Amino acid sequence: MSEEFKVEIVNPEKSFLVKDDVSEVVVPAFEGEMGILKDHISIISFLKPGIIKILSKSGDENFYVEDGIVEFKNNNLSILTSTIFNLADMDKSKQQDLLKQAEEEANKTDINDQSKYLADQKVEVLKTLN
Amino acid sequence: MASLDDLKKRIASVKSTQKITKAMKMVAAAKLRRAQESAEKGRPYSKKMNNVILNLSNGISDKENAPKLLSGTGQEKTHLCVVMTSDRGLCGGFNSNIIKKAKSYFAKILDEGKELKIITVGSKGNDQLKRVYGDKIIENISFKESKNANYFDADKVGKMVIEKFEADEFDVCTIFYNQFKNVITQIPQAQQIIPLNNEAEENSSEESYEFEPDEDEILSNLLPKNISTQIFKAMLENSASEQGSRMSAMDNATRNAGEMVDKLTIEYNRSRQAAITKELIEIISGAESL
Repeated sequence: MSEEFKVEIVNPEKSFLVKDDVSEVVVPAFEGEMGILKDHISIISFLKPGIIKILSKSGDENFYVEDGIVEFKNNNLSILTSTIFNLADMDKSKQQDLLKQAEEEANKTDINDQSKYLADQKVEVLKTLN
Repeated sequence: MASLDDLKKRIASVKSTQKITKAMKMVAAAKLRRAQESAEKGRPYSKKMNNVILNLSNGISDKENAPKLLSGTGQEKTHLCVVMTSDRGLCGGFNSNIIKKAKSYFAKILDEGKELKIITVGSKGNDQLKRVYGDKIIENISFKESKNANYFDADKVGKMVIEKFEADEFDVCTIFYNQFKNVITQIPQAQQIIPLNNEAEENSSEESYEFEPDEDEILSNLLPKNISTQIFKAMLENSASEQGSRMSAMDNATRNAGEMVDKLTIEYNRSRQAAITKELIEIISGAESL
């Protein structure tokens, strides 16, 4: 039995990534990081800003996401997200831009606790990337 | 009969019009390919989103306390209609088809004595609607600057709709757009997005999911996103439809112009010959009389 399953990342514009030789995916779920292996129970959860790690035969990949939903069912992992970047393609200036945006957002006073929390998360994650 | 000079001028003007429509057709065809591609690429996202929400709403334990975006406010007094059209004309029946669909819906609502509010996206829709329903239009958005439909714009519209919903400004929200079927067929659609219309769940999976955090929290997070997603989908379908519609309209126009040039050329030649014959007769009869 192979220990691999299929992962699909879609953003509103297109199907971002499809891979079917994935052995493990770590997603930044809302209540903490979550590693998903083959034959995981069906689950729906949503994401907070963080790093998605995809471990597969053809090489590991890391993505930065700001939000999204994960659905795992029948060894198919679907990740729906509106903001996603491949860390390999992300250069310093892009990082700085995002960080600046996130910081601005976090410093707003007229936002509710949850958006504040999410913005803080963004800042934190982006800082660790540097 | 028009003089030879006039005919010549008309032929020249029809020909240059034909050149323009031909160029527009080419441009539309090129844009169509791109728009169609992105409409097709965008479909998996909205479909997946719908699936997840369907699964969630099936699994929700407490139906009465379900988020209002899903179950509605419990009444249907005020209707908000988001009419999505293009910013540019010369695209055949594209805009008028949406408007026609929307108007018949408006009439139905007003007949039932309900309140109507309209948001227009795209300036052409606003132009056509403001004559009759001017006082009902509460917002008019246009994305003239954006070259392609993008999620950021859709999100803006979505957030505005949700804001208004939370401020209790309406009970039911419907979006109007053209669904792209193929180049010659675009189907005007009316899709209700608030409360979410759960169509007959064909293959609702019996499988139970694990939720983290619980269903309600995921749902209340997901539903606003779904609104934006649905609007984005509508925008993508619309832009593909617009280009398709423009392409076939311009194709028709080019063909009509061609026919007209042919007809005018025949008329031109005929009157040229008539003029020559007339001159000949004059010369011959002039010579005979000598």
